[in-house]
Amino acid sequence: MVDFTGFLPDEAFALDVTAQNWQDAIRLAGQGLVDSGATKPGYTDEMIETVNKLGPYIVIAPGLALAHSRPSDSVMRSGLSWVRLAEPVEFGSKNNDPVSLVIGLAGRDENEHLEVMSAIASALVNPGKVKALADAQTPAEIRAILES
Amino acid sequence: MDILCVCGMGIGTSVLLKTNVEQAAADLGMDVVVTTSDAGSAKGTANMNDLVLTSAELAPELEGTTTLVEAISNFMDLEEIKDVLERYA
Repeated sequence: MVDFTGFLPDEAFALDVTAQNWQDAIRLAGQGLVDSGATKPGYTDEMIETVNKLGPYIVIAPGLALAHSRPSDSVMRSGLSWVRLAEPVEFGSKNNDPVSLVIGLAGRDENEHLEVMSAIASALVNPGKVKALADAQTPAEIRAILES
Repeated sequence: MDILCVCGMGIGTSVLLKTNVEQAAADLGMDVVVTTSDAGSAKGTANMNDLVLTSAELAPELEGTTTLVEAISNFMDLEEIKDVLERYA
C-alpha cells in the first residue's frame, strides 16, 4: 500500500474552491505545492507555461487536469496537490473539458513519485472511487480512498 | 511488444498512462514492456518501440517517426486503451 501522507498532506488540498479560469486553477494547485513545502512559488508559473507552450494535453481524462512542469530548482521535494473546483473551468481541451479536479505534481526526478502516481491512476480508472473522491469531505478521506 | 508513452515532460501524464496501459495489457493477457518519455526525446527513442501512445494534443509533435502513433483521449478509460492495444495484439 502506498502512503499518501507525505506526498499529499492536508496543506496541499483546496476543496470546492472557485477559479476564474484555467490559469487560476493551476495557481491554486501551485499554492498547494508551495504551502506543503514541495515547491518554490516559481514552479506555479512553470506549470502555466507548460500549458501555454504545449497546449492543454494535461487534461488527460474528462474533468481531470494533471498540472506539472519538469524537475527544476523550484522543486524542493516530490509532492502532489489536490484542487477540487466548485465550478468546472475550461482548459481548451477538445475531448475532456471542463475540468473540475486539478492535481498538481512536482517531481524531483522521474522515479520518486512513481508509486503514488500509479496508485492515483488505479483509483481514477475506477468509477466508484472517482465518485467517492468527488464526494469526500476531508483530505483524510481522499487519502484513504487513494490508499484503498 | 514495446510501447512508449509520451507526454510533455516525461514525468506526469505519461506515468499515469503507463500504469493503465500495463493494467489494460494484463487484462488482455498481452506481454508488453512500457516505457515513458517526454515529447522532445521521444522522436529519438520511438523507433525502438512497436507502438507510441500519447494525447491528441501531443501526437502532432511526433510526426516523422516511423513507429505508429496512437492518441488516447481518456487516459483513465481502460476500455479505450484496450481497444487500441487489441488492434496491435
